[in-house]
Amino acid sequence: MTDTVSGPLTAGSIAGAAYIVAALLFILSLAGLSKHEKARAGVIYGITGMVIALAATIWLTLQDTWGTGHALTGLGLLVAAVLVGGAIGLWRARVVEMTGMPELIALLHSFVGLAAVLVGWNGHLEAPALSPELTAIHHAEVFIGVFIGAVTFTGSIVAFLKLSARMKSSPLMLPGKNAINLGALGAFIALTVWYVNDSQLWLLVVVTLLALGLGWHLVASIGGGDMPVVVSMLNSYSGWAAAAAGFLLNNDLLIITGALVGSSGAYLSYIMCKAMNRSFISVIAGGFGIAAPTSKGDTDQGEHREITAEATAEMLTNASSVVITPGYGMAVAQAQYPVAELAHQLRERGVNVRFGIHPVAGRLPGHMNVLLAEAKVPYDIVLEMDEINDDLGDTSVVLVIGANDTVNPAAAEDPGSPIAGMPVLKVWEAENVIVFKRSMAAGYAGVQNPLFFRENSQMLFGDAKARVEDILKAF
Amino acid sequence: MTRIGIVAELGRETRVAATPVTVKQLLGLGYEVVVEKGAGESASFRDEAYEEAGALIVGADEAWGSDVVLRINPPTQEEIGRLTDGATLIGTLSPGLRPELVDALASRPITALALDAVPRISRAQSMDVLSSMANIAGYRAVIEAAHEFGRFFTGQVTAAGKVPPAKVLVAGAGVAGLAAIGAASSLGAIVRATDPRPEVADQVKSIGGTYLKVEVAEEMESSDGYAKATSEAYNARAAEIYSEQAADVDIIITTALIPGRPAPKLLTAEDVAGMKSGSVIVDMAAGQGGNVEGSVAGERVVTDNGVVILGYTDLPARLPAQASQLYGTNMLNLLKLLTPDKDGILRIDFDDVVQRSVTVVREGEQTWPPPPVQVSAASPTQSVATRAGERSANKETKKKTGLSPAGKAGLFAAGIAVLFGINAVAPAPLPQHFTVLMLSIVVGFYVIGKVHHALHTPLMSVTNAISGIIVVGALLQVTSENIVMQVLAAVAVLLASINIFGGFAVTRRMLAMFSAGKVRS
Repeated sequence: MTDTVSGPLTAGSIAGAAYIVAALLFILSLAGLSKHEKARAGVIYGITGMVIALAATIWLTLQDTWGTGHALTGLGLLVAAVLVGGAIGLWRARVVEMTGMPELIALLHSFVGLAAVLVGWNGHLEAPALSPELTAIHHAEVFIGVFIGAVTFTGSIVAFLKLSARMKSSPLMLPGKNAINLGALGAFIALTVWYVNDSQLWLLVVVTLLALGLGWHLVASIGGGDMPVVVSMLNSYSGWAAAAAGFLLNNDLLIITGALVGSSGAYLSYIMCKAMNRSFISVIAGGFGIAAPTSKGDTDQGEHREITAEATAEMLTNASSVVITPGYGMAVAQAQYPVAELAHQLRERGVNVRFGIHPVAGRLPGHMNVLLAEAKVPYDIVLEMDEINDDLGDTSVVLVIGANDTVNPAAAEDPGSPIAGMPVLKVWEAENVIVFKRSMAAGYAGVQNPLFFRENSQMLFGDAKARVEDILKAF
Repeated sequence: MTRIGIVAELGRETRVAATPVTVKQLLGLGYEVVVEKGAGESASFRDEAYEEAGALIVGADEAWGSDVVLRINPPTQEEIGRLTDGATLIGTLSPGLRPELVDALASRPITALALDAVPRISRAQSMDVLSSMANIAGYRAVIEAAHEFGRFFTGQVTAAGKVPPAKVLVAGAGVAGLAAIGAASSLGAIVRATDPRPEVADQVKSIGGTYLKVEVAEEMESSDGYAKATSEAYNARAAEIYSEQAADVDIIITTALIPGRPAPKLLTAEDVAGMKSGSVIVDMAAGQGGNVEGSVAGERVVTDNGVVILGYTDLPARLPAQASQLYGTNMLNLLKLLTPDKDGILRIDFDDVVQRSVTVVREGEQTWPPPPVQVSAASPTQSVATRAGERSANKETKKKTGLSPAGKAGLFAAGIAVLFGINAVAPAPLPQHFTVLMLSIVVGFYVIGKVHHALHTPLMSVTNAISGIIVVGALLQVTSENIVMQVLAAVAVLLASINIFGGFAVTRRMLAMFSAGKVRS
């Protein structure tokens, strides 16, 4: 079966051709997603590619085994699995809240990881008759595929749990965690060599467990604030898992697609890392919160001032320009609709309202853009950090809604801060800053934010959605 | 310490390049500031006020001898001679229109920056002196017209009878035009505006004007030679509108300018002759040839039928305190940009497009014209992004977070060697697979290289859907003879299907929202 694609059979060559077409469509799909105008066409390309690939594969498998009993069972299972899986997928996609997008995507990554593990296991069970050389390679491929798949699986599960707040989001600080990661990697290599020479099932079990543990540990030791990078990194891992399966099954389509997803995901994470001024290597290695948290954050920062919703409303009415910098808190409070309404009303009154989005605001790259688009905020007033930072000095009022680390002046001013050097929105340069916050607790990075104690900042405590609605009432 | 000199202007100029408020902020940038005696007098800024702000009042020679000289109008040949070697002169220089001035400046070992040459990108708006002066001029044009006009602007019903509101036509809805529309409508007049760019209609409306659209007949558009025909038809229709309006309105303010060309003629002598006696025209383009036939630059003309045509070219200078304040702030913003460390040392960074664009002469070397600046949305963000990248790259080398360059090179070489080794010894299908893998990695990398930041989430969910391609692997196994394999493969198919369907569906949902936002904007 493994040779059908490259073999001289007509079915194989036709499927091979279909695969090339599908691969090309996937490339076009990713290219399309880079621009607003072409994004929808990109999705169509992707769906078409997928349909072609699936049709070709199903036809190919059935062609090979048609008429045998197990083919019928297989077909039955296949149809059932696709129907059930498709239904679940469509249902989830329909009901998911835009604020819950990061969780959904993390969870979906875990499915790819698990599927890759299963395919790898099947690769072991299948044991094709090959030359000794190729058998060794086959074994190595099984092992690598299972390893990457399992890391992706548990990593994504942990990311999902952290994002949905079912697990504490602070980084897990095991002593010698780098040694654990490296040790796991070393053990994996040793086990691979062993398995190549003597393919025992228990070795595969051991490596699966090892990889599951490693995936868990890698992501658990990353703080919730760094989740945008993690999610896109896991996206990349899921691609590599597919590519590894492609090697195992001698299937070029899997390799191409897997590598596409893998490298594009890795590049996206790299962009994210740049935005946070973090080392790319330390993300992949899961060694994020490198420095121990400083005790400096506890030192006396001074007094913060509170403001009421009514006073905020008045300040906004008298403002000439307002910048809103949302963060994950806006997503949690589902405040995007009232925030959009606030922006709309202020614009009606002739106030220049803009949104400043930090590249890593939220828990997913572009998360805030999705939420604001959902609430129908025109996207020409939604600006990137670099576009708005220079204008913040001339802004009358900045509303910080559920953002913390992305507006922390310590990143720019305190070299000893754990987030030192991370580019941030310089909201403190504005005339007035109003921070919507539930309490004085520190943000995800666990760093105290001196912004709250600045002379031009005032705190508006409470649920962001409720507070914004209060402001709208006060107008 | 670097010394900034605020020098007096010549002739009828009433403005000054810095106010006591901006002087204080200049001092905050670490500079020492001297002001020529009486420089701010005509703008109502007295020498004492400058002194209170922290400046030193000096004679003309000393002010001109400063390291940095701030000015409004371009210097005369004699004034260029008064600059010291190595000095920097900042002012409105119109370098594009006055090559002889650029040559004269370049004949001295000085640096000259033209404040009126800042590129029209949003980051440079705070220094855009043309916009801030146009705003003032537009306002003042209405005031001048009101002064000449023998009636109210606003309509009133009084015991002595009903007064109809004045009708004002503003030609051209740029910065000056919009300022004029705003000023006239807040005085109570009925304001109409024309502009060849239909997209300004909303802006006109937002400040109280009515936009007059030039409707061109359909058949003209479909005829051959589309662009020219339309433009002819357009011009003909526009001329008609101006004639109709001229007969109807009381006041016309024209602001139409085309960069680098004489101002377009909008009102003919017949149009003017058709206006009511006592009507007023303010031709804000009079200095560039005029939009109105019969206007004279700098003069007040009264036509035979009693229409007053004002061709004043010094409208901003007629609000000296206001104009100086805005000009001074534009100047201050430029100096802030040029003094990144607030240490009183002026640095010109040619990698920054704003600083490059304003520099006409650098240390005696002519640098005009600057390379063209792309005002499209994509480019500036990108250049900003690259600069942000450079910044963090610099930090990285300082902080030593990654490997040393040698280490990186070593790692790279090792990677290449391993790849080479594997492919050299690997049996048949493997090298082909590696080829495919490598090429796909490179394609994946480049294909998303320019992804828009707002699309990160949809991109990720679509790649997620695509990575459901793992289903192909499971499909190949689902018809196995081994029932355990079949079950495992079926589970894998199920999981991957969730991915494929869910991923594509959710991406479509997100993109649908994005387009909705676009329509509304």
